[in-house]
Formats: sequence, structure tokens, C-alpha cells
Amino acid sequence: MGRKLLLENDHIEGIRKLDVYRKHGGYSSLEKALKTMTPEQVVEEVKASGLRGRGGAGFPTGMKWSFIAKPAGVPRYVVCNADESEPGTFKDRYLMERIPHLLIEGMIASSFALGARTSFIYIRGEYFYVARILEQAIAEAYEAGLLGKNIMNSGFDHDCYVQVGAGAYICGEETALIESLEGKRGNPRIKPPFPAVAGLYGCPTVVNNVETIAAVVPIIKDGGAAYASIGVGKSTGTKLISASGHINKPGVYEIELGVPVEEFIYSEQYCGGIRNGKKLKAVVAGGSSVPILPADLILKTAAGESRLMTYESLADGGFASGTMLGSGGFIVMDEDTSIVKNLWNFTRFYHHESCGQCSPCREGTGWMEKILHKILDGNGTLADVDLLWDIQSKIEGKTICPLGDAASWPVASAIRHFRSEFEEYVRNGKSIKDVKHYFRLHQVAEA
Amino acid sequence: MSDNKEYKFSDETLATAQRIIRRYPEGKEKSALIPLLHLAQAEFDGWLSPGAMDCVSALLKIQPIEAYEVASFYSMFNLKPVGKCVIEVCRTSSCWLLGAEDIVRHIEKKLNIHVGETTTDGMFTLKTVECLGSCGTAPMLQCGGDYYENLTFDKVDNLLEKMKSEGKRRVYTKDDMINI
Repeated sequence: MGRKLLLENDHIEGIRKLDVYRKHGGYSSLEKALKTMTPEQVVEEVKASGLRGRGGAGFPTGMKWSFIAKPAGVPRYVVCNADESEPGTFKDRYLMERIPHLLIEGMIASSFALGARTSFIYIRGEYFYVARILEQAIAEAYEAGLLGKNIMNSGFDHDCYVQVGAGAYICGEETALIESLEGKRGNPRIKPPFPAVAGLYGCPTVVNNVETIAAVVPIIKDGGAAYASIGVGKSTGTKLISASGHINKPGVYEIELGVPVEEFIYSEQYCGGIRNGKKLKAVVAGGSSVPILPADLILKTAAGESRLMTYESLADGGFASGTMLGSGGFIVMDEDTSIVKNLWNFTRFYHHESCGQCSPCREGTGWMEKILHKILDGNGTLADVDLLWDIQSKIEGKTICPLGDAASWPVASAIRHFRSEFEEYVRNGKSIKDVKHYFRLHQVAEA
Repeated sequence: MSDNKEYKFSDETLATAQRIIRRYPEGKEKSALIPLLHLAQAEFDGWLSPGAMDCVSALLKIQPIEAYEVASFYSMFNLKPVGKCVIEVCRTSSCWLLGAEDIVRHIEKKLNIHVGETTTDGMFTLKTVECLGSCGTAPMLQCGGDYYENLTFDKVDNLLEKMKSEGKRRVYTKDDMINI
């Protein structure tokens, strides 16, 4: 149990350096692809692996790759989404910081498969030191003939660049990321056309998450079928989970998809249980955007089945009683956590990060934040709780990009599963001892 | 738009800027805008005055408004003067669950400023920022390119004292981008 495909060597000293990485098998997948496979064969292996986008949407990667348009004489681009800004998610930072060459090997191999002469790793500006680690690794790769012209005497030429962002959650959305890469504000584009047809500079482009691109390396190494043999059903392979919050052992864990949630939270191998002997209250399983679930529903489905760490099991029951695997940003909350205040924190985040293009999101997120202020201040009414529900339902699905949905789902799920807490604030808000009240008061003062 | 100060990149920074610009296809040099604004912010005292942005737009041969609209969109660009050390405390999600508010309040008392303000000696600016991908090591703050994680009041005190005694500007790009 517990096979690791990405982080197998993460604790080896010096694995960040090219020579150590190669000593442990690094760049053998690239060599295999370049010397023994056609680009189409690489795409077929990725399809056979069942790999799904690890950034959060879970879209089958092989299918995404097969959509790329191939008009003659038009360059194609591979862009790595290293914008990692979904609250609760820090796996890509860990991977890039520890094993930068795994990403770079994946970038070159993916670019070979897709026929891209140039690729970009778009990394959030705050990860500046990580960008520097990547740049150093890229320089090593050029030096060793793994980037540049005629890589490993295969005739394949490729250049890979690191591009830093400058602080904007929205740039994790692939079309906003492309806009940002073109030197513009990160306003998402209306789709279609999809990036596979018209992406960077209007050229066919594939945008994939860091972990997705890294997973291409073991898929080439052992074949798509071997990758697909790990996991459960359509949740194949391994997944990096960023575990944080009120747990004993926060950190990044590579799991085989299918580990029971209960085991993930309580076993010493993973989170090690709840801190300070407290009880579990709720979990946000896939980054702040996904529905929050109370302890009973995160451990077991509504039908009483043990909940597993897979795309399907976490989604079992739909939004009525399920959630999503999302980015794997697993945020655990203990019994002392105020769900209403946590929701305010999330909603404030989405309000801050809305790009402002679509009115339901631009206006709705701010409106919801204000109502949550009012409720937390003890000035709310039961009608305000209904109003929150109404607003979120009118943002969801009515915006250009999924930020609107991401802002709605936490509100809907908090009210669905914890309505009594909202009512408690409405009834007794003024008397609830509220020492951690500070950001909220401050935000108001700042505004 | 400009003040009386002359905004001109040093030869070293200019060489870095030109190396970055060459990455992009002909006619797509505007892609260098964000990296160059980072360079300008690092070169010109940690913030982007209109003159600093004009220096970038001239280099990229784009309209000044194209630089302003981008600079004002992204939270890492400071559009007003800042202290030598910009302390950015994460306020989101897991950091918030694990006491980020207490850390901010502690720093405010220590520095005698509120969030968004700069100390009178020009040493520190305090900001709160959204999730920096350090949730497993919460609470955290960033200053310059560096992450400071698993914060306690003691750690914060030591950090602020160290920064103050060193007295140097901490920026996240200039040296980084030149050395790579």
C-alpha cells in the first residue's frame, strides 16, 4: 500500500540537482519517449492512464490533449499552471521546490507529445524563490542538452521558460492565465474558442497543472495501464493532498486514490488525527471552493458507505450530501471552529479576488460578504440567511469563469449543513464571545 | 505622467529586462510586462510610481495605460510608497484558522501601525494578503522573496528585530532575476 509515483524520491539529499535526479532514474522517461515513441503514442499512454487534471477540475488529460488543433505552420504551446492559489493547496509548491526536474522532464515530454516548440511555466509571483529554483534547474537542463536544440539527439527542439505572475487568484483559471502571460489583466476569456484551438497568442495551447504534467513522467516510464491499475474506478493513479488546519501532521501526502477519508484523517501515516484531542467538526476536502461537509458526511456517504479519497466517492450524493476532490486542498476544522466566521473568511477572499468582469460575481461576492458581516455582528435576521442563499444561487453558473461557482458553493454548503449556526448568530450574535473578530473590523475600517 | 525623479534602469537591470523580452515571439513582447514591472518595483524603492511604470512601457513600446491597468490589477504591485520591509501576513483559510489574526494584531502593536500603514521611520509596511500556499505551515508571513512559517509571537519578534537591525530593503525580485 501507499505507492508513490511523484514523491518517491523527495527526501533524497540533493534531488533538486540534475545529477542526483538522473542517478535516481530522472529523464529516463523523456529518453524513452524521444527515442522509442511517437508523439501519438505518448498521448495514447496518457489516455490509457486515466489521468485527470490535478488542478481541481479533474478533466481527463488525454482527452484534453487530443483536442489540440494542429493547423500547419502555426506554433503550439504547452503552458504549465503553477499559479496554485486555491486556499488550502500547497502541493505544487512542494513538488517544484523539492523535485524541480520532475516538472521540467514532464514539460519536455508533454511538449514532445503535443508538438510544442516552446513552453511556459506560469508560476504565481509570491512563489518567487520557487521560480528561482526552477530557473536553476532549467539552466542545468540546457547545459546537459535536455533543453534547446536536438534534445538527446532526437531532432526535437524545445525551449522552456518560467513566467512569474504578480498576485491574482483568478490567474489560475486557464484563460485568465493566458491573458496574464500575454501581459494583460487576468480577465478570463469567453469560451469557445477553447485554448486547444486559440490559446496563447491565438495559437493552439494546452494548459495543465504542475502535478498533472509531473504525472506524465511515471506514465511514460511504466505505461498508462500500470498507472491506471492504481486507484479505484475512474480515479486512477496517485494524488498529492495538501493537508492543513486542525490536524496533528499537516503537510503534503501522496496517496493512492481510494484511501478512506477516515484513514487519511486519523492514521499516523497521514494527518495523525485532530490536534489537542479535539473532535472533528468539518472538512473542506478540495480547496476552499468545494462544498464544506460536516464530520458525519465527510467520513460516510448519506447511504452509510465509507467515504473514499476519490473523485467519485467524495462527490457521492451530489451537493446535497457530497463535495469534490478538487485540488486536494484538505482543510480540517475542529469542534471549536465557527462555520459562519470561516465562511466570512472564504467569502471575503472571493470578493477580493473577483476580477470584476461579470456583475453577478463582482457585486454578489461583496454583497454576501457584507451580509456575513451583519450576521456576525449580531445584526442579522433570518431573512438575511435566506438572502445569502438566494444570492449564491444567482451567481452560480452565471459567470464567464468558475470563480462565481467557487464563491457560491461554500455559502450554499455552509447554510445547507450548518444552518443552525447562522440562526444562533442571528439570535445571540451580540452576546457570542467573539475575540477573533479583528480582520473583519479592520476590513471595514480600511474600506 | 512623471515626477521630478529620473527613472532609468541600471545597465544590469536593463540587460535582464532585454533577456526576458527576447523570450517571446516577435510582436508579442508585451508578455514581458509583468516580469518587467517586478524589476521596476525592485529597482525603484519597492513601489511603482507613474514614472517607474512609464519607464517599463517605453521599453516595451506600449501605451502607458497598458502598464497602469496591469499594475493596478495585481496585488503584488505597490502603487504607493512602502517601507523597506513589506510584511505580508496571510489572512486566508488555514492561516486564519490557526491564528493569523492574532499575529497581525501582535505586529500592529509591536510596530504601532495598522494594516496598510508604514512606520514613521520608513522601515516597515504591514499588509495582509490572500493564501500564499503555506497552509501546512500556518500561520505565515512573507517579506521580500522569503517565507516565514509556523509563526509564533516570539518568532515574529525576533524577525522584526533582525530586519530592523539589518536595516536593508527586502525586495523579491531584483537580485533573484539577475542571478538566474
